[in-house]
Amino acid sequence: MIAAIVTPTTTWYLLLGAVLFSIGVVGVMVRRNPLILFMCVELMLNAVNLTFVALARRLGDIGGQSMVFFVMVVAAAEVVVGLGIVVAILRRKPNATTDDMAELKG
Amino acid sequence: MELFVFVVSAAMVLVGAVGVVVRKHPVHAALSLVLTLFGIAVLFVAQEAHFLAAVQVIVYAGAIVVLFLFVIMLLGVDNAEDLHIEPFKVQRPVAAVIGAGLVSIIGLAIIVSRKATVPLVEQSQAVQDAVLDPQDGNIRALARDVFSDHVLAFELTSVLLVIAVVATVMLARKPKPGELVIIHTSAAPK
Repeated sequence: MIAAIVTPTTTWYLLLGAVLFSIGVVGVMVRRNPLILFMCVELMLNAVNLTFVALARRLGDIGGQSMVFFVMVVAAAEVVVGLGIVVAILRRKPNATTDDMAELKG
Repeated sequence: MELFVFVVSAAMVLVGAVGVVVRKHPVHAALSLVLTLFGIAVLFVAQEAHFLAAVQVIVYAGAIVVLFLFVIMLLGVDNAEDLHIEPFKVQRPVAAVIGAGLVSIIGLAIIVSRKATVPLVEQSQAVQDAVLDPQDGNIRALARDVFSDHVLAFELTSVLLVIAVVATVMLARKPKPGELVIIHTSAAPK
């Protein structure tokens, strides 16, 4: 049986993280809905978390998992503040896209 | 067995991630995000990060996505976006090129360095003892690491969370009538 022979190595997890990160980058560059931009940022953060966990096992260092823990806390704070800003903007102009926020520049 | 778990959850992760990017409807994108986050949680379990898998499901798939859905539903912005509108003609080709370039550069770096020698990491004795615990070594080791070696960072995250909560309350509340509003509207005279 193939599954008994081939075991996914750390490289596989790292490559998956790289692909996931790039999908997030492309999403941030392509989409114009601010909510979906936030979701793409979450994709990128999760790709980094996956990389951290994979390397934590490879190196036998629990510090990578602690780092993921802190990344999750910061991501939660980032989403809360970001969605607060989005709510404040969308309440002012419904269906605003990121292009409509260009007036924020001074 | 691990191969099977990896293939299935990697497919979940990638399908969900592509769904977030290409779905027109924000609610569908949020549900695709849940798929991705669950796939990541399964991969965490496969990588022996049991506590983080639980936190991933509770915090990300539970709290953060629900927050997204609350904002989408409460603000009534849950109408589909027309993806055919393209404000800048070069935007999508450039994004595709940058994405493909990013994948190939990072992938190349990973594949080239896959045989690199692993440096020995020095950990405190408490963490090393906790890892060997047969029952819940991961959770014990993580707790030892966070609450002894990184306790200052842990305390600072609590400060960060308080700041975030206060900032959000200030941002999202409606000003009372007669109260000074600092934000200028776009209709203000120039």
